[in-house]
Amino acid sequence: MAINWFKYSAPSTFYGLAGKLIPFFAWPAVILFAIGLYIGFFVAPTDAVQSEAYRIIFIHVPASILSMFIYLIMAGYAALGLIFNTRLSSMMAQALAPTGALFAFISLWTGALWGKPMWGAWWVWDARLTSELILLFLYLGFIALQASIEDPRRADKASALLAIVGSVNVPIIYFSVKWWNTLHQGATIKMTGTSMHVAMQQAMFIVLVACWLYVIAVALARVRSIILERERNTQWVSELKEVR
Amino acid sequence: MNKLSLFGLLGLVIRRDLLLAMRRRADVLTTLIFFVMVVSLFPLGVGPEPEMLRKMASGVVWVAALLASMLSLPRMFSADHADGTLEQMMLAPQSLSVLVLGKILAHWTLSGLPLALIAPVLGLQFDMSVQALWILVLALLLGTPVLSMIGAVGAALTLGLRGGGVLVSLLVLPLCIPVLIFGAGAVEAVNGGMSAVSNLALLGAFTLFALVFTPFVAAQALRISME
Amino acid sequence: MQQTPLLEVKNIACERGDHRLFSGLNFTLAPGELMQVQGANGSGKTTLLRTLCGFVQPVQGSVHWCGQDIGEWDDDFHAEMCYLGHLNAIKDELSALENLQMSAGLAGYTVSDQQAVAALRRMGLQRREHLPVRVLSQGQRRRVALARLLIGDAHLWILDEPLTALDVGAVGLMQELIGEHLSNGGMTIFTTHQPLQVSGVQTRQLMLS
Repeated sequence: MAINWFKYSAPSTFYGLAGKLIPFFAWPAVILFAIGLYIGFFVAPTDAVQSEAYRIIFIHVPASILSMFIYLIMAGYAALGLIFNTRLSSMMAQALAPTGALFAFISLWTGALWGKPMWGAWWVWDARLTSELILLFLYLGFIALQASIEDPRRADKASALLAIVGSVNVPIIYFSVKWWNTLHQGATIKMTGTSMHVAMQQAMFIVLVACWLYVIAVALARVRSIILERERNTQWVSELKEVR
Repeated sequence: MNKLSLFGLLGLVIRRDLLLAMRRRADVLTTLIFFVMVVSLFPLGVGPEPEMLRKMASGVVWVAALLASMLSLPRMFSADHADGTLEQMMLAPQSLSVLVLGKILAHWTLSGLPLALIAPVLGLQFDMSVQALWILVLALLLGTPVLSMIGAVGAALTLGLRGGGVLVSLLVLPLCIPVLIFGAGAVEAVNGGMSAVSNLALLGAFTLFALVFTPFVAAQALRISME
Repeated sequence: MQQTPLLEVKNIACERGDHRLFSGLNFTLAPGELMQVQGANGSGKTTLLRTLCGFVQPVQGSVHWCGQDIGEWDDDFHAEMCYLGHLNAIKDELSALENLQMSAGLAGYTVSDQQAVAALRRMGLQRREHLPVRVLSQGQRRRVALARLLIGDAHLWILDEPLTALDVGAVGLMQELIGEHLSNGGMTIFTTHQPLQVSGVQTRQLMLS
């Protein structure tokens, strides 16, 4: 049986599909969060060097990984929208940006909380932390540009171009910050050399998957409202029962 | 009537922008004065100890140069947009990227170059050594073109938007961080008794890399903004 | 004698924001033809002309020049057309002469001072050549912009409200210029709210509603 995938690239059909898919991502996300955090906070052993404070990494690390990954996915969607002029891809890019910014922010926040007991300061100009901050700036730029252009088609194209330029720049920024950091700090902060306990790995992995599912669910929910907003003058929207 | 070559057109755009700038000199001067002022404010804020000033001089000059070049960015395309010249540029029988490159070079000549030339005077305020001053000028000459080039993309994306001036800084500043790091790093390397060659080489590489891509990207951004 | 059309507009539709301006628009333009685009304010006249220039992508359909989509024409199409928009594209700080030379340059030509002065004189700007445009009147500025039509050898003139701010004499001059252009095998598509008659040429009408 051949499925016409392109059918779902039309906002009107994707709207319904997204609505049906959301629970399939949202519920597993909640359950895996609970499991992952339970293992992280109660099962995983206390770290010999960092004692209990290290447990924040079960949120910090997945948030950092996803904040970087979401930027690439977002830039990918934006590029698709720019090249093939598919409106839905641009809407997906727009829907992912706030979540990406949120994860970048959580990563910075938890990084500060972790830093205080570890390094004795809320903020350390560590290479990873600094890159994360710049990544947050890039997200904010994307969101600000998208928000300040009224014509949605121009907003999509302009922010797509910005996302592409940004993603080309991300590795350059990352390596220059890393280089800058090694120049300025003789001793860089490293994760303790000991191998991680299996329970720690499990917890981190499960929370990562949970965050991932959460991103998908939230992006789908957000893209639904973007579709509604952009297509508000169309026939099919006025026929929806939740709108009437 | 003769046909104009690619380089003829490039020269024409540069000449035109410089001529226009000469007829309204105030715009160029305000940027320069802003730069001088920001740099001069730092000692007032952090105190006059020569040791500390010498240490932070290159960073201060670079951050001020970054801010000063942001100041002149919104004007890069807006006047031509407002009076319809930009439409005519898009209808030129040569690639729009060439015209954008011309505008970038003119912008650098009016914003980056003066900053690099006046920087040694400001460096003296910070008690920099002669060798460090030379490196500072060299780094600014190599690095500021990147600010104009990335800035052109930002200016093109925000063309005609309300609050475009602040927005363009928000978009462009994070992308300019590598230039800041290696530009300021060049002087620090010299101060630390090391060679600045690797820093300067990287700045040069950034400039070449940006030279290849940004005119095209900025031209695309202009097309998007003009639709 | 029927010429083959060079400009073909095939079933185009344009939008502004969410608003559909027009759709299913078809027409052609052959050498020697003059077309006036008519319609109420906001009916999309300017958008149509900007679409012909390639600034705006139509939502549907395509615009062809010499049988090829203008999107695929690269920049060579631009060498064969001259667009004059609402805005004059002239700089207040420059003189009329400098302005004309700059706009000729952007269109890909170098013109000598003499040629440029001759063009400006033809437009009735004697002894104004070296004045900064700032001190000229609206009508005189429009004349500076229109002088661009005298430079170059564009086949297709796209004129958006060319008669704005012009006095009776200048309107007559424009009719004369368009007449010459058409008899040399050129074509013109324009919008105007004033009557514009070119002797010996039937003006085709295109109504947008």
